[in-house]
Amino acid sequence: MKELSLHLLDIAENSINANASHVTICIDENTLEDRLTMSVKDNGHGMTPEMALRIVDPFTTSRTTRKVGLGIPLLKAAAEMCNGFLKINSQPGEGTELIVQFQRSHIDRMPLGDMAGTILHLVVGSPTTHWTFKYKVNDTNFEFDDQIIKAELDGIPLSEPMVLSFIRNEISNGINNISINEY
Amino acid sequence: MPTIKSIDDLKRIREEALKKQEMKSASGQKQIIVGMGTCGIAAGARDTMKAILEKIEKDNLSGIIVTQTGCIGVCEMEPIVQVQIGDGPKVTYGKVSKDIAARIVDEHVLAGNIVKEHMVNI
Repeated sequence: MKELSLHLLDIAENSINANASHVTICIDENTLEDRLTMSVKDNGHGMTPEMALRIVDPFTTSRTTRKVGLGIPLLKAAAEMCNGFLKINSQPGEGTELIVQFQRSHIDRMPLGDMAGTILHLVVGSPTTHWTFKYKVNDTNFEFDDQIIKAELDGIPLSEPMVLSFIRNEISNGINNISINEY
Repeated sequence: MPTIKSIDDLKRIREEALKKQEMKSASGQKQIIVGMGTCGIAAGARDTMKAILEKIEKDNLSGIIVTQTGCIGVCEMEPIVQVQIGDGPKVTYGKVSKDIAARIVDEHVLAGNIVKEHMVNI
C-alpha cells in the first residue's frame, strides 16, 4: 500500500469486522516535534492483550486468525522503518485502540494520500457504523461526525448523488483547510 | 465540536431525495457491493469504489445503494464488485478497474445486462 490513508481504511475494516458500532479515526500532525500519529479506536468485541501482541506478527497470525491477516504487520513495519511504533490496546468486550506513529519528515514515510476518499468510503460503505474523524495539524483542528448528517437525512441512503456530493465537499474542504502541502 | 456549515442544504437534499425515492420505489432495489479486505484495498478497491461513487454523482443516479464487505475469499480476483438488482441473483465481477466499474454501472445496474466478460464464478 502506497498511502497511509489506505492503511487506515484497512485498519478500520478490522473494526467493522469486530462489530463496532462507533469508530473514531484520529490523525495528529505535529511539525514542531516532527511526529505524525494516527489512531483508530472502536467499541467492538476487543481481544485479550496476548492476542493483541500476536496479531502484529505475520507468522503467527496469517493462518490462525484470518480476520486480521497482514494489514497490521505491514503498517507496523512501515512505522518502525520511520523511527515510529505501532501499539494496540484492547480488552475483550471493551473495544480496541490501535496507535501508530511516524517521524513525520522521514524520507520513507508514506504520504497521507486521499484521506477524504477513505472517510467517504467508510461513511457510505458502512452506513450502520457511527464514524468520527478528527484531524489535527499543530494547533488547528477539523472534526467530522456522521451522526449529524445521518440524523438530518433520516433514512435517505448516503449513496444518493446529492448526499454524496455534500459529504465529499464537507470532508475534503475540512481537510484541505488545515493540511500542509507536503508533496 | 463538529459543525455542519449548511444544515439547510441537507434539509433541501433530503426533500429532493424523498421525491425521487417515491418515483423509483417500483423498480426494485439496486445494490452494488465492493470487496474491501486487505487484499481488495491493496489491489485498488478504494479507486474502484471511488469510480462508482463519482459516476453516481456525475450522472445523478438515484436509487443505488453502494456498500462494502470484507474479504470474500477470492483475493486473486480483487478488486471484486457484486451487483444485485431487486430479488435477482447476485452477480460477482473480478479485477474491476475504474473503467470496468463504470461499464458495470451503465450496462448492468442501469440497463440490466450482465457484463459477462468480467464475471467470475465463486
